Amino acid sequence: MRKVYSKIESIAGNVITVSADGIKYEDLAEVSSAHGRSLAQVIKLKDDKVALQVFAGGRGISTGDEVRFLGHPMRISFSDNLLGRIFNGGGQPRDNGPALTENMIEIAGPSVNPAKRIIPRNMVRTGIPMIDVFNSLVESQKLPIFSSSGEPYNELLARIAMQAEVDMIILGGMGLKYDDYLFFKDTLEEGGALSRTIFFVHTASDPIVECLLVPDVSLAVAEQFALQGKKVLVLLTDMTNFADAMKEIAITMEQVPSNRGYPGDLYSQLASRYEKAVDFEGAGSITILAVTTMPGDDVTHPVPDNTGYITEGQFYLKNGRIEPFGSLSRLKQQVNKDTREDHRALMDGMIKLYAAYKESMEKKSMGFRMSDWDTKLLKYGEIFEKELMALSVNIPLEKALDKGWEIFAECFMPEETGMRTELLKKFWPGKEEK
Amino acid sequence: MKDIISTGKVVGVNGNMVTIEFDGEVLMNEVGYVKLNTPQGEKNLKSEVIRINGNRADLQVFEMTRGIGIGDVVELTRNLLAVTLGPGLLGQIYDGLQNPLPQLAEQCGFFLDRGVYLDPLPAKEWDFTPVVKPGDTVTRGDSIGTVPEGIFTHRIMVPFNLLDTYKVKSVVPAGSYPVSGKIAEIEDSKGTVYPLTMRFQWPVKRAIDAYTERLKPVDPMVTKVRLIDTFIPVAKGGTYCIPGPFGAGKTVLQQITSRNAEVDIVIIAACGERAGEVVETLKEFPELTDPRTGKSLMERTIIICNTSSMPVAAREASVYTAATLAEYYRQMGLDVLLLADSTSRWAQAMREMSGRLEEIPGEEAFPAYLESVIASFYERACLVRLKDGSTGSVTIGGTVSPAGGNFEEPVTQATLKVVGAFHGLSRERSDARKYPAIHPLESWSKYKGSVEFDKTEYARRVLYKGNDVAQMMKVVGEEGTSLDDYIVYLKSDFLDSVYLQQNSFDPVDNSVSVERQRHIFDVIFKILAAIFDFQVKDDARQYFNQLRQLFLDYNGSGWDTDEFTAKEKELLDLLSSKQKDIDETAAQMLETTR
Ligand SMILES: Nc1ncnc2c1ncn2[C@@H]1O[C@H](COP(=O)(O)OP(=O)(O)OP(=O)(O)O)[C@@H](O)[C@H]1O
Ligand SMILES: [Mg+2]
Repeated sequence: MRKVYSKIESIAGNVITVSADGIKYEDLAEVSSAHGRSLAQVIKLKDDKVALQVFAGGRGISTGDEVRFLGHPMRISFSDNLLGRIFNGGGQPRDNGPALTENMIEIAGPSVNPAKRIIPRNMVRTGIPMIDVFNSLVESQKLPIFSSSGEPYNELLARIAMQAEVDMIILGGMGLKYDDYLFFKDTLEEGGALSRTIFFVHTASDPIVECLLVPDVSLAVAEQFALQGKKVLVLLTDMTNFADAMKEIAITMEQVPSNRGYPGDLYSQLASRYEKAVDFEGAGSITILAVTTMPGDDVTHPVPDNTGYITEGQFYLKNGRIEPFGSLSRLKQQVNKDTREDHRALMDGMIKLYAAYKESMEKKSMGFRMSDWDTKLLKYGEIFEKELMALSVNIPLEKALDKGWEIFAECFMPEETGMRTELLKKFWPGKEEK
Repeated sequence: MKDIISTGKVVGVNGNMVTIEFDGEVLMNEVGYVKLNTPQGEKNLKSEVIRINGNRADLQVFEMTRGIGIGDVVELTRNLLAVTLGPGLLGQIYDGLQNPLPQLAEQCGFFLDRGVYLDPLPAKEWDFTPVVKPGDTVTRGDSIGTVPEGIFTHRIMVPFNLLDTYKVKSVVPAGSYPVSGKIAEIEDSKGTVYPLTMRFQWPVKRAIDAYTERLKPVDPMVTKVRLIDTFIPVAKGGTYCIPGPFGAGKTVLQQITSRNAEVDIVIIAACGERAGEVVETLKEFPELTDPRTGKSLMERTIIICNTSSMPVAAREASVYTAATLAEYYRQMGLDVLLLADSTSRWAQAMREMSGRLEEIPGEEAFPAYLESVIASFYERACLVRLKDGSTGSVTIGGTVSPAGGNFEEPVTQATLKVVGAFHGLSRERSDARKYPAIHPLESWSKYKGSVEFDKTEYARRVLYKGNDVAQMMKVVGEEGTSLDDYIVYLKSDFLDSVYLQQNSFDPVDNSVSVERQRHIFDVIFKILAAIFDFQVKDDARQYFNQLRQLFLDYNGSGWDTDEFTAKEKELLDLLSSKQKDIDETAAQMLETTR
């Protein structure tokens, strides 16, 4: 049944061409070369010419190598046996475990019918005040972490993964440094979370086509678990590497680039992955947290820019902190009304005063005179940064709210905070003792 | 019309484009179906011919192309991509090709299955009342009768593609009839008889032109957003665009408008944006009441929803589907508002297809015809006089999502050339949470607003000057600014915070009638025109803080309530307590309008 061809007519970059018939668009083939076997996917059909993208790359492929068509598109095994395992982008084991072949599912399936979606309603608690208090993460949200390259974004991801109240974690690594990969593995292992985690890892030294597969494979598996009722957290790092892989391939395919070399469908490509985030009525959910490093720390760069147009807000990681300005969870209002009555007011109040602190800082740096009020603000900003903003702070939401009131009390008179009287009566520290 | 069906065979697949080889005739832009055998049975994937060359044609496929192979059969229909028109469109949620999504969900579950196309119109009976009798003469667009569709009288019209003059041969008596049942027969000049039902088809990319004349849009399309209605108004039958960087508030602004706009029908085209945002609308609208009719907002709304992960070719079609439905209801003498979010995603869909066709790219790889396509889309907005003398309008508002938030890019620029109003959102204002984040100085409108023009110009000048002072103050500090300049700054800041900004979550402030806008603008105008008696800047600042606090309470009090009157009196008292004179130009304006 399966056809084997042994005449490769052209090799350009990662793309090979053979003459064949009966082949379907997006079908897989196996290419056997002196360096081993690799999967390849049909990316173009023209008359009897079939163009295939070779997952392991075109390097070392000979025109006489064997191409065997498998008669189906890219699939991945789906079962509980995936848990605790580590695979590459092509779904092959990276640990020493056995290859999995049972219950194969297609990747990059159709999108969810919008009429079947529901309004997000559950908060995902992370223990990080800058998220829980100021920009709550919501189940089924898609949210990127915009970061410049030196920032501890993987540490942040790992922490959220460890602490988020989810049933399972899928980590999709793209262009991951080997050290970072080990870091994730060790952290999850130490935290006892490895058994509810699945890794799909492409490291910087792996073939670039495999990088492209990581989000699709991760999300296809996540989708199946979600349909079975699991709350799945998908971590993708780093989506800029994914976009760069797409750029590299588009350029070798001689596609006309639209913006700084990226292909014109960058938006659609990213969106079709991020839109997999969903809350299935009566079943589970997928929440996506992705790292997007910003080349040159420039948020208008095509990758963060297109991402911002797709996701439901963003966290800015800057100087080791989640910046309160610029960061935004567009879904927070769906959940922060039902946490504690002071949550929204405190969130707004603290940020307003922090903005005032920034203004005072600016005045100070320009040599203007500091008023009493400025001095208070300076004190406030410093304590706020140290006790709530620092990424090392790890406290539940309620504790963080209490902390907020304590900081207020340490720095201001109640009426200076702009908080409503009934909240001040109830929450201003030290009231009960008097 | 669909008797000659020719067929072709697939000879190439590239992304969502297939190339076929055909014998016989092929019509540009006709619809074809790629026949695909899958483990779940045969599927027919809807496609559109977009290029013909010799005996080969390229088709864009409105579905995923996975699994299509060389030699697969393609059936050509001879029909252009069209939508179905008839009663029952209102309240529906369609994809870009008019596939009803809730019904699709009932049939297919969570996911969008390929190749399933359902009847866009519910199989319902309608109470038909004829308005013609046998022997009457009719032409396209004339009413044969009417049916009540929710709060509207839905005209059952002679299909717009029947170009002759017809004689009514028969028409059913008043009564209840199924939407697809025959209700009349008409005969053309050659004696051919056409049976009519309540439904017919119209190709989406052709504007419906069954009217007597196009009129100049003048009446305001009231959005109840103060900044828009007073300063940068939109006219019924006009066009406007909302460009802005991500997160600046384009979608929220359109959502607010879709609720509050004073029009008969709203068509929301969610084009290549987030599915979650549509969900908010479609879950909330049935619960919300339309203040004008007391009925659910859904009864006046149609949602066309082709979100970012849905097939990109259907996204390109979706804005045309929306425009066609808008024009159809316009033909009933109604005012329709079409909101498209985002036109950039539509332009990108064109770019993707153009790339596959290997056309010579223009700027940022957009096709060279981008400008003309954008222009002809907005051209579908219009105010028309219908044959029965009534008027109807389609107003189009599109968001634009410029790369990097920079308006110097092809889609924004092409749009700015053709629209009548520009509501530019600014990152600076949205970061400062000044909503709606429309930049008041950079935005413009060619339409006439609801408040006298010279007064709004006066206010605009205060904004300009206040902005200049604010810039200067950043350098020289408050100390280096004169008291007079400082007061101008305070006035412009006041205008900004109590009039331009509007709290979309406040039950009163979120929608402000034109009557109220006129009324409170007069109060504002008095404050802007006042010459004050202050000794030092601190006094001035405190005074304006007081004014602002009072005015925000005033904004929050219900129209024409005792509270409203009391707050107004308090405001005016506070004003006169410190006013020593009035600016001369303003005084003259008040003279002439009196
Ligand atoms: N009028 C408003 N009042 C209050 N908040 C607003 C308003 N407009 C926008 N916002 C806030 O800004 C967020 C983003 O707004 P919105 O989704 O409309 O942005 P957008 O311009 O459509 O962005 P994108 O281009 O990414 O779709 C909202 O989730 C909300 O938190
Ligand atoms: Mg939007």
